[in-house]
Amino acid sequence: MHTIPSRRDMLKGGGALVVSFSLAPQLRAARAQGALAAKPVVLTEVDSFLSIDAKGLVKVYSGKVDLGTGVATALRQIVAEELDVPLASVDLVQGDSMLTPDQGKTWGSLTIQIGGMQLRNAAATAKGALIDEAAKRLGVEKAALRVSDGVVTAGGKRTTYAELIGGKSFALKLDHSKPAQPKDPRDHRIVGKPVPRVDIPDKMMGRFTYIQDFRVPGMLHGRVVRPPALGATLESVDEGSVKNVAGLVQVVREGNFLGVVARSEWGAIKAAEQIKATWSKWEGLPEQEKLFGHVRATKVEKDDITSNVGNTAEAMTQGTRKLAATYDFAIHTHGSIGPSCAVAEFKDGKLTSWSASQATHDLRKQLAEMFGMPVENVRCIYLEGSGCYGRNGHEDAAGDAALLAKAVGRPVRVQWSRADEHGWDPKGPPTLMDLRASLDAAGNVTAWESEFYIPQQTAGSFMVPLTPATLANLPQKGDIAPGNIFQNSAIPYKFANIKTVCHRLESTPFRPSWIRTPGRMQNTYANECFMDELAAAAGADPIEFRLRYLDPNDRRGIEVLERLMALAKWETRRSPQVGGGNIASGRGVSYVKYELARTYVGVVADVEVDRPTGKIRVSRIFMTHDCGQIINPDGLRNQIDGNILQTISRTLIEELKFDRSMVTSLDWASYPILTFPDIPEIVVELINQPNAPPWGAGEPSAAVVPSAISNAVFDATGVRLRSIPYTPDKVKAAMRGGA
Amino acid sequence: MAQRKALNVNGKAVNVTVDDPDMPLLYALRDNLALHGPRFGCGLGQCGACTVHVDGKAVRSCVTPLSRITARQKVVTLEGLGTPQRLHPVQKAFIDTQAAQCGYCINGMIMESAAFLASNRKPTDAEIKKALANNLCRCGTHGRIVAAVKRAAGVA
Repeated sequence: MHTIPSRRDMLKGGGALVVSFSLAPQLRAARAQGALAAKPVVLTEVDSFLSIDAKGLVKVYSGKVDLGTGVATALRQIVAEELDVPLASVDLVQGDSMLTPDQGKTWGSLTIQIGGMQLRNAAATAKGALIDEAAKRLGVEKAALRVSDGVVTAGGKRTTYAELIGGKSFALKLDHSKPAQPKDPRDHRIVGKPVPRVDIPDKMMGRFTYIQDFRVPGMLHGRVVRPPALGATLESVDEGSVKNVAGLVQVVREGNFLGVVARSEWGAIKAAEQIKATWSKWEGLPEQEKLFGHVRATKVEKDDITSNVGNTAEAMTQGTRKLAATYDFAIHTHGSIGPSCAVAEFKDGKLTSWSASQATHDLRKQLAEMFGMPVENVRCIYLEGSGCYGRNGHEDAAGDAALLAKAVGRPVRVQWSRADEHGWDPKGPPTLMDLRASLDAAGNVTAWESEFYIPQQTAGSFMVPLTPATLANLPQKGDIAPGNIFQNSAIPYKFANIKTVCHRLESTPFRPSWIRTPGRMQNTYANECFMDELAAAAGADPIEFRLRYLDPNDRRGIEVLERLMALAKWETRRSPQVGGGNIASGRGVSYVKYELARTYVGVVADVEVDRPTGKIRVSRIFMTHDCGQIINPDGLRNQIDGNILQTISRTLIEELKFDRSMVTSLDWASYPILTFPDIPEIVVELINQPNAPPWGAGEPSAAVVPSAISNAVFDATGVRLRSIPYTPDKVKAAMRGGA
Repeated sequence: MAQRKALNVNGKAVNVTVDDPDMPLLYALRDNLALHGPRFGCGLGQCGACTVHVDGKAVRSCVTPLSRITARQKVVTLEGLGTPQRLHPVQKAFIDTQAAQCGYCINGMIMESAAFLASNRKPTDAEIKKALANNLCRCGTHGRIVAAVKRAAGVA
């Protein structure tokens, strides 16, 4: 064994590098014999993240995956830029627990910010070593070298990455807390450019392989038969009821897990529809009409105090004017257009699972636990599915497929139905928020208090329990894992007295998980609506009012709002500006500094409220957005448009419906989403910061949409909407009772 | 009981063997013929991801029984709309506009738009939005999709 020199040793002299390069053929030979495990996946080695083959082609290994947002292109851009190679020579392997490093789940708007920067560090480190080696081989000073498209030149001398490293291992250490010096952003030719996405042509021609398209030899088709009530137990199954289904292979029953396996997909569908099973009655859900009473009455496990400045209890008694408001936010489903799907195969005591999991390293642990297998014997491979916007049903489908594959001894593909997806994906939990503030005689805020009623996070693992393991009574940790939903409960405004508290609830009615902008959306919604209520009470312009309380040193936040005023042609106003007529028009503003630490977003929403019908139409959205260094401005715009439109849908329309037993909104008719006729005009101004670190953009722009709409409706009608979704019935009721 | 069914798909006469003549067309295309343009989204005709052309009309293949399709009818999927060398103008416009996020709904968007543009060559924004009103997109790519259809129609 050779000892791998540290990066510092590397930089001191080329000797160590030559040693590792000269040892590399051993590794290459090992891999050629099929010992793929030789490829490291730890975060601390360059070889975990990238390799360069004998043709100079770069292979990038990313634990973060493209969930339909375009990061597969952006991550390639980062590496191609740093290495000075053409984008087309960079290939990307995503989310394979055997080949890609565990960079954490693909969530929280961290793929570029964390995953991309780890890749940048790996590429910059590799480039440094390649340059050192080139200087030595060519016998010239490093400063005299030029690199272009993987070719290193100095005067008439020339070598290539392929010659320098081709097929060999780098054997270089990485320290992500002390990353290698990346390229000067002034020299960027690929990063910051609207490079077309690598996946789009195939997707437009029907040539892209989604997980739903993936097949393995000898594969059978499975479907799950979920209970008619969430907590029902399976009492009996009449296998004779599916005897006539052509191609049926097996009915699989394990505890309360019921599934069917057939030779054809249609056979599996028919068997699942036709099978007769008897389930116990279960009515453990709260009444939908009393949902938020139930949330308020749920036992509090602990309080997380997310900010505490001054003494609000005292200050609240001293203000001349007090305001209080309660907001609630409905339960939402992910609503992926393609229901969850997975393929699993047991072979020689090993399980291979193909799915669209956003965390294959975590799924691997969960499947190993579920089947009592050593984790080394489980391999989870990512294949892109339909957009998921968080932890939807893909991991559960992976468990379903594995359970069925084990039972029948053949590879099995499980495709969830629409009702499976709407009914059984984990949900964004219901959120209840109480806010109080006091103002002095001059309209200054003297105290701010808030309480957020949100489910607890029971473990640090953030692993949502797998429904098939739950139903089949197989081993797993019974975590409640809604994600980091406390974020943005604290506020970016500098009041003298602030106390923000998250009451972490013992339970929530449906298995929770994260859905785009989890917690940050709900919390920002309440905070920014209430900020608007305070501005109106103070008789102040809502943007001026926010600027009054932002940290004057936080220039980027201030710039986002100032540029928003110019973009939206904002005229100083006091809300409400109630107009007459059947259609009331108004505009509202909102602002977020994501997690109080990164991406800044400002938004103005223009709305029209149809008074007779109660229907809200969002006509225009203006947004300013600063997520630091932009990797791909076109991809970023696409993502922001998506956040805006999806969140308008969630704000105006979406609400999970249920009875005491089960979700009842099991299709698109009962859980409608925004459609083409209702989309607004969107105007986005990107604020690029080439010299700043890139921050996340997958979620922040969604955080501000609900409050901007609520504030615009108030501006138009004088009515405060505090319960999402803003359905026509709620709007009409509010107009009857309010203003 | 397995039976053979003759179809005309993407300009070719093909046979598929199925157990159930009432199986939806979608599964014959995807599972028997390995065509991945048409996608399973809901199985209810609600989302449009499965859309194909039957004699030039946009049809929801997930709720169209195979028994209702004859060998004389021309079934065209996304794969048969254009070729990589000669893309259909709508496909080209969608690529040029980068009109996709996850892209799962895009089969339906392209197939619906191509059928729509064949009957309305110079549509307004409102007409495009109405034509696509029953095609669902969850990622929020609607604006780019409308822009792509306009580009394909030469009215952008």
